[in-house]
Amino acid sequence: MRTDLAIIADLIKPGARVLDLGCGDGELLAHLQENKHVNGYGLEIDPTNITTCINKGVNVIEQNLDAGLQNFADASFDMVVMTETLQSVKAPDRLLHEMLRIGEQCIVTFPNFAYWRCRAHLALRGRMPVSTHLPHSWYNTPNIHLCTFKDFERLCAEQNLNIIERFMVDAGHSTRPLINRFPNFFGAFAFYRLGKETT
Amino acid sequence: MNPESSASSVGIVSPQRFHHSGDFPLQCGRRLPGFELVYETYGQLNDEASNAILICHALSGNHHAAGYHDSSDRKPGWWDSCIGPGKPIDSDKFFIVSVNNLGGCHGSTGPRTINPQTGTEWGPDFPSVTVKDWVNSQRLLADHLGIDCFAAVVGGSLGGMQAMQWAIDAPERLQAAVLIASAARLSAQNIAFNEIARQAISADPNFAGGHYRQQHKNPDLGLMLARMVGHVTYLSDDGMRQKFGRELKSGDISLGQDVEFQVESYLQYQGRSFSQRFDANTYLLMTRALDYFDPASDFDNSLSAALAQTRCRFCVISFTTDWRFSAARSKEIVDALIRSERNVCSAVIESEHGHDSFLLPIPRYFEVLGGFLNRLHQDYSDAN
Repeated sequence: MRTDLAIIADLIKPGARVLDLGCGDGELLAHLQENKHVNGYGLEIDPTNITTCINKGVNVIEQNLDAGLQNFADASFDMVVMTETLQSVKAPDRLLHEMLRIGEQCIVTFPNFAYWRCRAHLALRGRMPVSTHLPHSWYNTPNIHLCTFKDFERLCAEQNLNIIERFMVDAGHSTRPLINRFPNFFGAFAFYRLGKETT
Repeated sequence: MNPESSASSVGIVSPQRFHHSGDFPLQCGRRLPGFELVYETYGQLNDEASNAILICHALSGNHHAAGYHDSSDRKPGWWDSCIGPGKPIDSDKFFIVSVNNLGGCHGSTGPRTINPQTGTEWGPDFPSVTVKDWVNSQRLLADHLGIDCFAAVVGGSLGGMQAMQWAIDAPERLQAAVLIASAARLSAQNIAFNEIARQAISADPNFAGGHYRQQHKNPDLGLMLARMVGHVTYLSDDGMRQKFGRELKSGDISLGQDVEFQVESYLQYQGRSFSQRFDANTYLLMTRALDYFDPASDFDNSLSAALAQTRCRFCVISFTTDWRFSAARSKEIVDALIRSERNVCSAVIESEHGHDSFLLPIPRYFEVLGGFLNRLHQDYSDAN
């Protein structure tokens, strides 16, 4: 299993109702169905991914996240997951709000644009960062809303979203002590578990 | 044409008849004194009787979904591209049952059947039937075939409505429902098209109030018009442009001719051939069944409450250019299934062929349908 998905799977309680936004090939949901008796749906728009999900017996719905999530009722899921998709949607702020309308909690993962390799790429070469961490060129990237960990946490503060836990990993999805000390510099990807507004 | 030579054809098939001798109550309050259904089967029923798939046909369909009746047949059954060995509805894996609906004109009890109480054909006096009645009659056929639980009930358009009604009315009798280019109820626009078709038929002097057979006539013109209108709604603007453009039939404009453009010739051919093979009273009755279909009406107009009765998993497929049963109508079904926490997967297939897409071998469509059924097959094979 993909290491980032394994990290997310650990955060989900058995029997939870899960909505996976941009569920890809359905690996997370298939794993959760088999191992945690999780009942869930995945939203996806890529035809190949949808077929793969169907072959795996995953409840995949063909739906574009940018068209909104009005078809999902308030508080109808325990957990809404979005893996490395936040940066490619039209309105990440509204979507985060929607995720916590629909779910009790949500898990969001995204790449850190302030990762030291990105900074170095931009500072030393003067070009948009391209690496295994962010593999696309500027002209064909789906990532239209890249942000840093700091940016994301500022948004959470502005929107009163409660960060229940967070952790950062390097480009290979491993944790390292240095990342904990300087997350916005050494962290390549972040996992945030968010809850409803802070009280 | 040599039907037996193709490895992907079910080959030569023979229709069979199921006779139900008991009184059969209908939703309209009337009763049929027994009935017959004509059906075909493809593939083998396994020992557990767990691999059966029921195919429900659309408005003008019938039981002959795959294969050939005779080696001289020019065309196979209406869904031959989808049903057969190695095809999405795989006759190597599944036992496929395809039935002509009650009220039909291809062998099942309908307006052309003799009413035992009068000794003459039912004609326009054949009782109104609904999608629920069809499901009830198909349940009796399933009993007869020893099928307690279908692996799947599959249908496009009006056929998808039957699959949905099956899931609501007999939740314990199917593992999966596949709803293709369907809707939970018709829109006003859809009913309007049906009404135009019905008016075309009943306004034909040869219709004779539905008693055309007694008078040895047939409302050919009315049926032809009905089919032409219907046919236009089954295609898309783009699809028609690509298929016909403004191509002329004879090469140059000869003002005043009956048929100038290819599209006219095509529609007239479709309409004429339909008027030869389809019964006008059946057409009226089937379009009415379509109009009345509304499972939510039994549940305070809540589709999700209706679908909360179901237990099977669902596969809902729609097509981008279908405007007769648009993707938005399929989305209504999917959304209601999500609200009622049912297992569902959905796909919106890119296609230029409008509503007719559900009958065509579109690669992505077949991958989705085949993948879903294949997974189903794996799951019950593991369970056995």
